[in-house]
Amino acid sequence: MSIHADNRRLVRRLVLGAVLMFGFGFALVPLYDVFCEVTGLNGKITNTGPVVVDGPDRSRQVKVRLIAVHNEGMPWTFDPTDNVIETHPGEMKQTSFRAANPTGRRMVAQAIPSVAPAEAAQYLHKVNCFCFEQQALLAGESIEMPLLFVIDKKLPEHIRSLTLSYTLFDISPEVSTAAMAEKEQSL
Amino acid sequence: MSTLETTLESHEHAHHGPAKGIGRWLFTTNHKDIGSMYLWFSLLMFFIGGCMALLIRAELFQPGLQLVEPGFFNQMTTMHGLIMVFGAVMPAFVGLANWMVPMMIGAPDMALPRMNNWSFWILPFAFAMLVSTLFMDGGAPNFGWTFYAPLSTTYAPPSVTYFIFAVHMMGISSIMGAINIIATILNMRTPGMTMMKLPLFCWTWLITAFLLIAVMPVLAGVVTMMLMDIHFGTSFFNAAGGGDPVLFQHVFWFFGHPEVYIMILPAFGIISHIIPTFARKPLFGYASMVYATASIAILSFLVWAHHMFTVGLPLVGELFFMFATMLIAVPTGVKVFNWVATMFRGSMTFETPMLFALAFVVLFTIGGFSGLMLAIAPVDFQYHDTYFVVAHFHYVLVPGAVFAIMAGVYYWLPKWTGHMLNETMGKLHFWISFIGVNITFFPMHFIGLAGMPRRIPDYALQFADFNMVASIGAFIFGLSQLIFLWNVIACVRGGRRAEARAWEGAEGLEWEVASPAPYHTFATPPKLPETPR
Repeated sequence: MSIHADNRRLVRRLVLGAVLMFGFGFALVPLYDVFCEVTGLNGKITNTGPVVVDGPDRSRQVKVRLIAVHNEGMPWTFDPTDNVIETHPGEMKQTSFRAANPTGRRMVAQAIPSVAPAEAAQYLHKVNCFCFEQQALLAGESIEMPLLFVIDKKLPEHIRSLTLSYTLFDISPEVSTAAMAEKEQSL
Repeated sequence: MSTLETTLESHEHAHHGPAKGIGRWLFTTNHKDIGSMYLWFSLLMFFIGGCMALLIRAELFQPGLQLVEPGFFNQMTTMHGLIMVFGAVMPAFVGLANWMVPMMIGAPDMALPRMNNWSFWILPFAFAMLVSTLFMDGGAPNFGWTFYAPLSTTYAPPSVTYFIFAVHMMGISSIMGAINIIATILNMRTPGMTMMKLPLFCWTWLITAFLLIAVMPVLAGVVTMMLMDIHFGTSFFNAAGGGDPVLFQHVFWFFGHPEVYIMILPAFGIISHIIPTFARKPLFGYASMVYATASIAILSFLVWAHHMFTVGLPLVGELFFMFATMLIAVPTGVKVFNWVATMFRGSMTFETPMLFALAFVVLFTIGGFSGLMLAIAPVDFQYHDTYFVVAHFHYVLVPGAVFAIMAGVYYWLPKWTGHMLNETMGKLHFWISFIGVNITFFPMHFIGLAGMPRRIPDYALQFADFNMVASIGAFIFGLSQLIFLWNVIACVRGGRRAEARAWEGAEGLEWEVASPAPYHTFATPPKLPETPR
C-alpha cells in the first residue's frame, strides 16, 4: 500500500510543478518587460512624465535623429518636423511629428517608440509625447503631434548620437470592437 | 524462467493474458500493450511526416515551381516539423520507455497504469485534429514548426485554433507520460537497485521526464497567449498594444531548447545499452554518463537565445549565450568519449542494432560540430535561417534521434516478439538508410553556407545541383524505411526463436525474463543479478 501513497504524493508534487511552470510561462511576460526596463535592452522607453531640469550641460552635444515608420498596411502620412536635433544633456527640447489620414474613414493609430542604441534608452526622458495616447483622425484630417524630451546628464560619454524611432500602427479594428476605455496604456 | 512462472502462480490476482478484441487496446493498462501502441503510432506518424518531407524534396528537386503552390509548400514544412517532433520522435521514446523501463527496474508495470492508457489515447485525437487542418478553408498552419508571432497570430490561417488545441493535447499527454515515468523510476525499483545502479536508459529518461514537466507547460502557456491574442484581444505579441513579437521567441525557445534535448537524451540512453552489449564490455564511465546527462539538461535552460542571435540581442547577451552553448559540448563530448572508450579493445560484432548505434555516434557528432559552428554568434548571422541550420538539426534528429530509436527497436525486438531479426534485411535497411541520410543532408551544409534560405519552395540556380542530390538521397532514405516496416512485421510474424538473453553480451533485468516477454513480468520484485551494469 505504501507504494500507492508514495506514488500519489509524488504525482501531486509533479503536477504542482507542471502547473507552476505553466504560470512561469506567463510570468515571463512581465519579467521580460522588467528585464528590458532595468537594462533598457530592447529600446523600450519608460522614462515619461515631468523631470527636473537643472540647466543643460553645454560641454557636450548630442545629436538626436528622429525617424517615423509606418507599420505594414498603415496608409497615413507620418513624418518628423525635424529630422535631426542637436541638443545638450539636460536641455529641454520640443519638436513634433505630423500625421495625416488620407483615407475616407475615421482611423485610430498608436505610435510605438524605440531608441537605438538600446543603451541610451534609459537616458531619454519624454516629458510629453504623442505616443502616450492614441491618435484618432477623421477622414482627410491632419495633426501636428508634440514631443517634449530631455536627455539625461548621466548619458554615457561615448554616446554622441542616438535615434528615436516611432512606428505607427493602425489600431482602428481593435479600438472599434473593444471598449476604448479598457485599453491600457502601458507606454 | 522458472522463477518467473512460480512468481506468477503465487500472485493471486494475476491476470493470465490480455483481453480479447479491440477492447484490449482501448482499455489496456498493461505497459507492454501501451508501449506497442505508442511505437506503432509513432511509426505511422513517421511515415506521414516522411511523405510530407518527400513532397518538399520533390518540389525542391529543380528550381522553379513544379508540383505545389508556395502556400501549400509552407504548410508541408510546418506539418512535417510538427508531426516528426511531436508525433514521431517523442511518442517513440515514450513507447520505448513504457516497454523497457518497468522491465529494466524489475517493476510489474508503470506506476500509474490507467493514466498511462489516457496519455496514449489523447495522442490519436490530437494528431487527427492537427492533420485535419490540411482540409480546412485557408489550409493547415503555414508558419513553420516554430510558429513565430505574428505569422502565427495576425497572419495565421483560421485553422491555427485547431493547431493550438492539438498542441495543448500533446502537451497534456507528454506531461502525463513524464509524471508516470518519474513515479515508476523513483518508486518502483526492485530492492537493491540504487540510483547509481539504474540502467542508463532509465536515467536519461528520468532526466528527460523532468525536462518535459518543466517546459511542456511553458509551450502550453505560449500557445495560450497566441489563442488570447487571436480571439480575446490581448496584445502579448502585438507591438501596437504594448506587446512584443520578440517576447514570443524568448518564451518559445525557453521551451524549444530543452525540447531538443528531450528528443536526444533518451537516445543517449539507448546507445549506452547497445554499445556495451555488442562490444561485450561494461559501459565505460557510468557515473560520468549520469552527470553528463544531468549537466546537459541543466545547461539546456540557459542557452535558448542562441536561436535568436539575429533579433538584436545586446552584446552581453550574445556573448553569454554563445559561451553557454559551447559549454554543452563538454558533457556531450564526455558521452561520445565514453562510447568510444567502451568499444576500445572490446570484442565487437556488428549486428543491425550495433550498426545503427555506431552510425549514431559518428553522425550525431557531425551534427554536434555543426551545432558548435552555429553557436558562434558572429558567424551565426551568416548561417541563420539557411539550409546550414536545416542540415544541422536533421543530422542530430535523423541519424541522431531516429537512428537511436531504430537501433533500440532492433535491439529489443527479440524481447518483444520472441523472434530474432532477419539480419540480412536489417543490414540492408541500415546501409541504404545510412547512405541515403548522408546524401540527403550532407549537401545541405554546402547550400546553406552558400546562402540558400530555408522554408522556400523555389531557389536561385546556383543551388540546383546540390538540391537535386539531396532530393535523390531523400527518396533513397524514405523508401528504405519500407524495409524497416517489412523487418518489424516479419519479426513479429516469425523467425528464429530468441533466447531470454537474445544478444550474447546483453545485460540487465529485461534479459532475465523470457522472450517474448510474458504479458506480466516481475509480479514480485526480482533479485538483482551479481554484476549489474
